[in-house]
Amino acid sequence: MSALSIAVNLFPRGIDHYLIGGLFVGLGISVIYLGTGILAGNSTFLETTLSYASDLPRFQREKYVTSRDWRVVFAVSIVAGAAVYEFAFTAGAFVTDVQWWRLLGGGILVGIGTRIGKGCTSGHGVSGIASLSRTSIVNVALFIGVAVATALVVASLGVTP
Amino acid sequence: MSDDDHGPLFMALVVAGGLSHGFGLAYSRMARPDIVLDFLQLEDFGLLFVMGGAALVTGLAIQLGTRVLETAPLTGTRYAGREKGFDRNVVVGGVVFGAGWGLSGVCPGTGYASLGIGNYPILWAVVGMFVGAYVQGLWRAHRQSASRETATTGD
Repeated sequence: MSALSIAVNLFPRGIDHYLIGGLFVGLGISVIYLGTGILAGNSTFLETTLSYASDLPRFQREKYVTSRDWRVVFAVSIVAGAAVYEFAFTAGAFVTDVQWWRLLGGGILVGIGTRIGKGCTSGHGVSGIASLSRTSIVNVALFIGVAVATALVVASLGVTP
Repeated sequence: MSDDDHGPLFMALVVAGGLSHGFGLAYSRMARPDIVLDFLQLEDFGLLFVMGGAALVTGLAIQLGTRVLETAPLTGTRYAGREKGFDRNVVVGGVVFGAGWGLSGVCPGTGYASLGIGNYPILWAVVGMFVGAYVQGLWRAHRQSASRETATTGD
């Protein structure tokens, strides 16, 4: 097999939109960082937003209450930015084929895991890796490994998609 | 209970950053859990370029901040990298998050972005993430008060 055909096998959809999209993802984090010194992650939004509704002291910590407003604005802007791309540059809406119970069950585990593990794919996976943080490198290696194993097991059980 | 008031420029920058972040998540197809699952099933390795490209840009910003500039103009905060302490939680959290990501193909940022591309079934995952975050908060609060009680009775 030539090097080219191996590359095509690894990247059946090419790499352009992956790389360009990734640059925009990083640009968003960088713009906020350079203006404010804050490396904005995505999973903290979950806990800080719960502080509007729950009196649990865990969610009422000062660092959560003082950042919850801009985190909501950040999340809403992410929704809007994705909408701009999808509706201005492609044929329009996308609806997943992934089954509801996978989304719900996976979502619950993601909610638990990212909050216990201090971050997600943006916090550890982008900002942490960009900082060459050893904590983040360990966390990312673990969550990618476990996710690959989980997805392969689920697929081997005949669940599609 | 007053929130930090960083002013309108701060919020404008958060909006600009969020727009670019969400635009990139849709552009890179990461807002589609089906594509993320293709990566996790080792069928399309494009996700590595998304994370790599994002980390490269962010790494340059961190280098610029920490080596050239001193403090951020809008907050006066001293620039620093992201360094969270390592403990057992990082390992446990990584494993639980990985299982959830592998099951659903959704992580927090891509979940929000997925709403923007009109993918309404993603609400299952977004609701799930809030439930999960709440459950871990309850559980950790319970554990904390239990250990405090043990300590008191042990005196």
